[in-house]
Amino acid sequence: MSTAEQLKELTEQKYRYGFVTDIEEDRIPKGLSEDVIRLISAKKGEPEFMLEWRLKAYRHWLTLEEPGWANVHHARIDYQDIVYYAAPKPKKQLGSMDEVDPELKRAFAKLGIPLEEQMRLAGVAVDAVFDSVSVATTYKKKLGDLGIVFCSFSEAVKEHPALVEKWLGSVVPHTDNYFAALNSAVFSDGSFVYVPKGVRCPMELSTYFRINAKDTGQFERTLIVADEGAYVSYLEGCTAPMRDENQLHAAVVELVALDGAQIKYSTVQNWYPGDAEGKGGIYNFVTKRGKAMRKAKISWTQVETGSAITWKYPSCILQGDDSVGEFYSVALTNNRQQADTGTKMIHVGKNTRSTIISKGISAGKGQNTYRGLVKILKGATGARNYSQCDSLLIGDKCGAHTFPYIEVRNPTAQVAHEATTSKISEDQLFYCRQRGVSEEDAVSMIVNGFAKQVLKELPMEFAVEAQKLLGMSLEGSVG
Amino acid sequence: MAANGDGKGGALLRVEGLCAKIDDNEILKGVDLVIRPGEVHAIMGPNGSGKSTLAGVLAGRDTFDVTAGKVTFEGQDLLALAPEARAAAGLFLGFQYPVEIPGVGNLYFLRTALNAVRRARGEEELDAMDFLALAKEKMKLVELDPAFGSRSVNEGFSGGEKKRNEVFQMAVLEPKLAILDEIDSGLDIDALRVVAAGVNALRRADRALLLVTHYKRLLEYIAADRIHVMAGGRIVRSGGPELADELERTGYAWSAEARPELAAAGA
Repeated sequence: MSTAEQLKELTEQKYRYGFVTDIEEDRIPKGLSEDVIRLISAKKGEPEFMLEWRLKAYRHWLTLEEPGWANVHHARIDYQDIVYYAAPKPKKQLGSMDEVDPELKRAFAKLGIPLEEQMRLAGVAVDAVFDSVSVATTYKKKLGDLGIVFCSFSEAVKEHPALVEKWLGSVVPHTDNYFAALNSAVFSDGSFVYVPKGVRCPMELSTYFRINAKDTGQFERTLIVADEGAYVSYLEGCTAPMRDENQLHAAVVELVALDGAQIKYSTVQNWYPGDAEGKGGIYNFVTKRGKAMRKAKISWTQVETGSAITWKYPSCILQGDDSVGEFYSVALTNNRQQADTGTKMIHVGKNTRSTIISKGISAGKGQNTYRGLVKILKGATGARNYSQCDSLLIGDKCGAHTFPYIEVRNPTAQVAHEATTSKISEDQLFYCRQRGVSEEDAVSMIVNGFAKQVLKELPMEFAVEAQKLLGMSLEGSVG
Repeated sequence: MAANGDGKGGALLRVEGLCAKIDDNEILKGVDLVIRPGEVHAIMGPNGSGKSTLAGVLAGRDTFDVTAGKVTFEGQDLLALAPEARAAAGLFLGFQYPVEIPGVGNLYFLRTALNAVRRARGEEELDAMDFLALAKEKMKLVELDPAFGSRSVNEGFSGGEKKRNEVFQMAVLEPKLAILDEIDSGLDIDALRVVAAGVNALRRADRALLLVTHYKRLLEYIAADRIHVMAGGRIVRSGGPELADELERTGYAWSAEARPELAAAGA
């Protein structure tokens, strides 16, 4: 078999998480209207303020046009052809892990995240979101003793309505953009974290999202508030079964880091990317943003290997003086995947600092776009930014694009931008193979080397997963 | 074992009538060469004579197409093997231009390689601790600073460091046949001494070396048993160590004159 054929075979490896779990579901008919929103809100037993907020968002959404500026192409989405609420039918109230639907537990096991194992071994608290509704929340007691709230969004709405009402939409308002408005109207669940003043969360908090049902959109909403001087590290992992239809995923994540607080948010996204011809796959249109107050720090790390289309820009509003924003990203596109991803760093306060490290990997016919904005406002005296955008091309049918936008309104600011584009060369592959390493392992090693600067930012157990995922999602380069 | 008795006690490498081309350019036009275990051979010759191509073809570089001939390694058909299988069989190529692999640690790379080779040979893999001990010991051979272990493969290495790194890798991988392609190029005299001392320390009765070089200088540091002169894609003369002295006096011009049909072919 020639090198080209081997590479073709390697880059066309099948999606490993493409199983469907047969679980009884509670789902409402397709389509979106005020009545659907009222129904969602009622099913979730929400207080009045939530319904009002949803309706406000929906009415605003109706006035918006779907944005067309991203460097991605897809057929028009029919928003009336989507089921906006699908929840596994609860057999009864869940008190402990033992009561979780065994079928569901098996599904998680297939995903490689057995909850019990994680509870026992990893010390990771997992809030599992399965088709939009949280199924099990672990470690609640231990966290509760520290005053940390970590629960599903629905639960937070019921148990901590004041916190939710205070912070919901404070970073990503319901008017923010088309997909954020849609999410605000229909979101079915998500995660909520509140870490009180001065508390350092003793474990990584983790949520696994998985889209199971057919024709459903997953609209989850995550809100993390770190009070003054608090610290929290949050992990998010995503997978979805294989389906021929495209599924919409329009999530919103809001982070609030008050004075001196630190939030580290890590994502490994492995939604179903569609098949080699581009059929099926997730449309991942996500709004993620954090606001950092005085001396606070927000750090986004993402490894994006899945989805047919990825459209996301985890951003930081560096509101307070001396606040810090970081964005570390690996985005991999293979076959016909398209990614338009990057970040926005908005420097408002004095002496604010931001770092952007973006690594784009394109293979097959994948298209990878980095789009980033560094904006230094008038009052941001002494602001500094460093951006580095590297692209790695594998084969000659893929593309890498970089759109860095820089707006500086303060003369004392220092902004640096570096960009490189490279290919895996035949020489590198031959060198590895001559030393005994198979071509598959060689490509994986070279890609991981390329992404190392970002991978080292991930928590240890996630980094190992991400490395495997990169190796698995593709290998190979035709020099 | 092959019918010709190669392998144990016979030839380690047997090259017969090897022809290879790149695109439509025929570069090797019938190379014959036999190397036995423990022997040190040197291939000399002018630029473009096909020396590096021969090294590349033996190691399995797929930019070349083999058009005729046959190569056996311990009696096994070498040309049928993928490059990594040739490495597992015990063939090592020291690169003229060692390749940089950004972000991949030198020792991580070498451990991955060693364990891949050990797996292919049905041997147990070395764990991180055992490997580190082995690597530390072998680094001394070529006076490599331990800090090299964590640097990316060949990235930002000087010419001399790259060549020392090649010999270090050879020391860890313990091949049966090491082909060293211009291991002396770009080295100053001190670096050459270190590299040569490393290579000499790795000479063993069951390990053969094939040195590819342009200059006799290397042979003053690494003694060769057999010297071959390559011109126009063929080995045109072979002899003992004295041949190197003769070449030093006469240069390579005679090699083309002696075979005028090769001069026309653009050797």
